[in-house]
Amino acid sequence: MIAPTEMLLPRRDLLKLGGALLIAFPLIGRAADQSGPPDAKQIDTWLAIHSDNTATLYIGFVELGQGSSTGLAQVAAEELDLGMDQITVAPVDTQRSPNQGGTYSSAAIQRGRPQVALAAAEARAALMSLAAERLGAPVTQLRVERGRIAAEGSAATVTYGELLGNRPFSLPFSGQARTKPESQYRLVGHPVPRRDLPAKVLGVHRYIQHHRLPGMLHGRVVRPRGQAAYGAGARILSIDETSIRHLQGVRVLRRGDFLGVVAADEWLAVQAAQALRVIWEKPPALPGQEGLHAQMRAAKTDDRVALERGALDAGFRDAVHVRTQACLGPYQAHASFAPHCALADVKPDAAVVIASTQDVFGLRRSLAPLLGLAQEQIRVQYAEGAGTYGHSCYDDAAQAAALLSQLAGAPVRCQFMRWDEHGWDTYGPAHVGEVRAAVTAEGKLCAYEYHGWQHGWSLVETSAQLTGTAAAPWPASGPQGVNPLDAGGMYDIPNVKLVNHWLPALDYLRGAWLRSPLDLSFSFASEQVMDALAHAAGLDPLEFRRRNIRDARWLGVLDAVAKAADWTPRVVGPRSKSRGKVLHGRGLGLGTHLVSHGAAVADIEVDPATGRVRITQLWGAIDAGFIVNPANVESQIIGQLVQTASRMLLEEVTLDGGRVQSLDWSSYPILRFEDCPEVTPVIVQRPGERSTGAGEETMAAAAGAIANAFFDATGVRLDRYPMTPERVRKALHA
Amino acid sequence: MALSITVNAERREISATPDTPLLYVLTNELKLTGPRFGCGLAQCGSCSVLVDGVERRACVTPVAAVAGRAITTLEGLPAWHAGQTGAKTPPAMHPLQQALIDEQALQCGYCYNGMIIKGAELLSKTPDPTDAQIRKAMNGHLCRCGTYPRIIKAIHRAARLMAGQRT
Ligand code: FES
Ligand code: FES
Repeated sequence: MIAPTEMLLPRRDLLKLGGALLIAFPLIGRAADQSGPPDAKQIDTWLAIHSDNTATLYIGFVELGQGSSTGLAQVAAEELDLGMDQITVAPVDTQRSPNQGGTYSSAAIQRGRPQVALAAAEARAALMSLAAERLGAPVTQLRVERGRIAAEGSAATVTYGELLGNRPFSLPFSGQARTKPESQYRLVGHPVPRRDLPAKVLGVHRYIQHHRLPGMLHGRVVRPRGQAAYGAGARILSIDETSIRHLQGVRVLRRGDFLGVVAADEWLAVQAAQALRVIWEKPPALPGQEGLHAQMRAAKTDDRVALERGALDAGFRDAVHVRTQACLGPYQAHASFAPHCALADVKPDAAVVIASTQDVFGLRRSLAPLLGLAQEQIRVQYAEGAGTYGHSCYDDAAQAAALLSQLAGAPVRCQFMRWDEHGWDTYGPAHVGEVRAAVTAEGKLCAYEYHGWQHGWSLVETSAQLTGTAAAPWPASGPQGVNPLDAGGMYDIPNVKLVNHWLPALDYLRGAWLRSPLDLSFSFASEQVMDALAHAAGLDPLEFRRRNIRDARWLGVLDAVAKAADWTPRVVGPRSKSRGKVLHGRGLGLGTHLVSHGAAVADIEVDPATGRVRITQLWGAIDAGFIVNPANVESQIIGQLVQTASRMLLEEVTLDGGRVQSLDWSSYPILRFEDCPEVTPVIVQRPGERSTGAGEETMAAAAGAIANAFFDATGVRLDRYPMTPERVRKALHA
Repeated sequence: MALSITVNAERREISATPDTPLLYVLTNELKLTGPRFGCGLAQCGSCSVLVDGVERRACVTPVAAVAGRAITTLEGLPAWHAGQTGAKTPPAMHPLQQALIDEQALQCGYCYNGMIIKGAELLSKTPDPTDAQIRKAMNGHLCRCGTYPRIIKAIHRAARLMAGQRT
């Protein structure tokens, strides 16, 4: 049942430059018979053994630059007793990959590890019984090394490749095989170098932006610069095609308000998309980011209690100290380094779409009604783009390429321009948080209340919406509301109430998950209130947290980060009040996204004269259970800490004047080399525990730590980020 | 009239109009995958190439402006490095490329074309840069994945590698 094209390719050449991710795509397969995904209950869906004694692993998770394909290859190689150089990971494709759900919430390892381990263990068991027969020895006497099987006391050996070589297993996947005990691991849990790096530094790695289809046209979308409210979409009043008369060979294509241009030459398409004069209907005004939070706070909301425990009022009655803290969090952009790109060849009865989506099957579902095709007629293939950090424009770009291809009657490569990517992103939503918490005379937390105002995510992509599909919010579920884990969840608090105040999504910007969705905001509010209570109780913030946490794993990351940062007991607050001097502060924070545990320490400098904040050092500790590839998780933590510094200091979507105004790197600045802190990743390895996500969890912790460091430096609590110089000056001189 | 440019020491006839940004010529006509589109606005460094040894943003450089100049892309960097050091055969990688692998610096790696081009330019002028010199030189190159700390380390490591090669 598996006849992938890569089996026919000379494997050694493929492996030379680092293996897995270099497999050439069968770029445009026949579109017929695209009835994938294959049956997940068959071993052949997961693994193939080749005659040269190598294996291919098929997974449904995509490589987003987070190294998870290396991690899952480690898991499979471990169970099969193969070397890392003997295993490749097949590109994700609706026709050939198992459907493991989208690559969300840092879950590739969390959800993928058990599935891949079981499939590989079962494949190994099948190979061992074949070997037992071939070598005439019982399975219990067989040993495997690098896919070569030997029987005890005999010189004869046989390899996996010789046993199965290119033939399918043809076995059902029962999920019953015994996986290797961790004590015998030689790959999993050990640092393994990323396999995609040599090709990437040489510049020969093909990102999606490098893919080409025979006979294709280059496409660009034409949209207003910067989105208005989600519900408003964008309405075309008129198009003046004479404005691009000077550009020969350009076609203007339109369906409803979806508008684009195609040309054989890319530069021609780029020029045409900019020159085409279109009059768009003026959208209803947005509040502007200075009025945004006030509007959110005053809006009519749908209020839902997310969690209630104990008796809140009684809890506050017992309190000696009560503190409150607000958080006004901005919209922030995914701002992928490379604008999204997709290729499509849409024929009357079949389509192939190549995209850098987080979910090939989800994209296929959204394309079917848009193209008037059945899902089975659409094949979606994944190709890697630049890091995305959540749901950015990848499906929008894929829909745009597919629509342009259908309208043009030719294959189309559509790449967004920088302003399309920045201006039509599904942003990480803005947030208003208000937290109130209290401690007893013993410094024990006794009551905690969090109210969060935010809107949900948008379900319909811009391209689909412009063709006429009505805007709709994502069904309320998942981690888009107040996250009970961040909102005091690590502490032992008897009386708790968490409330979501849902805003009407259509009145606000498009929203979706941005790496560690809203967690930075929750932690900014919640961890500041913890620090304020520690301060009120005259306790060191580390000691305060230790007193109020029972969970051994939270205590573990807390202690690990404190040790790494050489934390010395302190009562927070400024040590020097002298004006004009740069102030130094240190802060501690805890946070998570879904399951794993994160802790951080931040050292910052604040210049009261200019309002400039510099984050000089960050430490981030993670407990993500048993970590498959510690080297890769360290790299993930570094990225999380730097990105958090960027988001706390600089990043804010601006939306004055009815439309988003932050359309490039100068209007949406991110952290640069000169302001990059020293960062120290800390791993708390937990053998025996389930592997959980490790791509997001230190971000919320670092957000809290940075906010607390600001108080430590200045004696002032901020209720808003990013901490821009102007805001800081205002706060210090208030 | 057809234009010709010299890319990685090879003279190439091209058919693009003179105002076409060099980047589109390199990617579409010459099929190079090193320089790549990131912003088209000279803001990010994704498209960087060396022109006579100096880093330039190909996304805003009209192709006609570089006719007659020596253009080096990431693909030609090892050979360019060999030319700089007087080595007879180009190494498989520029020392900075090796150092970036040694440091496992990359995440998605998309920004690394610019990082490597700019880092190589820096090392060619300043063989043993300080931290501050590195940060200053590299400041116009963005990395959304936040891999700056390991790039700084890798540039120091490459400087050591290159010093070793000289002695
Ligand atoms: S693409 Fe040229 S600088 Fe960004
Ligand atoms: S590694 Fe992804 S943008 Fe730099």
